Amino acid sequence: MSASPTLVARTGSFFHRYANPGRFLKLGARLQPWLTWPAIILTLTGLGWGLFFSPADWQQGDSVRIMYIHVPAAMLASGGYAGLAVCAVLSLVWRHPLADLAAVEIGPVGACITALCLATGSLWGKPMWGTWWVWDARLTSVLVLFFLYLGHITLIRAFDDPQRGYRAAAILALAGAVDLPIIKFSVQWWNTLHQPDSITLTGAPTMSSSMLWPLALSTLGISLGFAALVLARTRAAVMESRIQALLSSPRRNQGTAA
Amino acid sequence: MTHLPYIAASYGLGLVLTLALSLNAAWRLKTARARLATLERSSLRAVQPAASSMDTPSS
Repeated sequence: MSASPTLVARTGSFFHRYANPGRFLKLGARLQPWLTWPAIILTLTGLGWGLFFSPADWQQGDSVRIMYIHVPAAMLASGGYAGLAVCAVLSLVWRHPLADLAAVEIGPVGACITALCLATGSLWGKPMWGTWWVWDARLTSVLVLFFLYLGHITLIRAFDDPQRGYRAAAILALAGAVDLPIIKFSVQWWNTLHQPDSITLTGAPTMSSSMLWPLALSTLGISLGFAALVLARTRAAVMESRIQALLSSPRRNQGTAA
Repeated sequence: MTHLPYIAASYGLGLVLTLALSLNAAWRLKTARARLATLERSSLRAVQPAASSMDTPSS
């Protein structure tokens, strides 16, 4: 009976070790180049390979090259929202201050990548399906995810007291996480115009390795780029909150008054 | 290359979004770092005279 509170406390103390802004900034500055440079190299290699050297599809022609940007964007749209849900748990259960700041910064990046996923999907759908948009389960559930991101961005900034905004947005992030399995399994649960997954955890991929390698590289590169962007934005947010704290400190105000 | 306009639009959109997000993050980091350094220097300067005046004997 006493094991679970101890576990919660232990997990909390593990996460709070990195709640110290100074320690986070030091760790973040050290980690930043290790995320940024591999992201640039892997993304350029993967996209360049996919765009110029991978074969065209026998059915889809060259439009299949949109896959190298659309698939990583789709994975990160869901992955980014899962990150928001993790931040929500950290914020609601352990009141982790950095989780709130990270949630503020993940939202806009996630919304942009979801918009990119929807736009590239439309640009791929028009020549293949003959239409920009259909209300099928996969497309609609990703559109719902985009609106969830927009709701989160709006809600987290909607209150004068930031703590109330963080709590409300964390609850939305947790409730919205139910959309993630719907997105994942929509192509199996319903009859959709969108094709089923070509890569699964349990089965062998249904595409040739000449397409799989550039896709893997671009997915890894764009994922590292997403992490690098969120880290850079969170570091900036930590510094900005430190600036706010310094500007509103009583000693400084006394100095200004004098 | 078939469907070139669709491919170009997809990659172009990706490039524009990436550039916009990266430049925004870099600019925020640079501004925040510079402002924080200035503020910390000025608050250090404010603390040092106060500390030295406390050390000085009143007699």
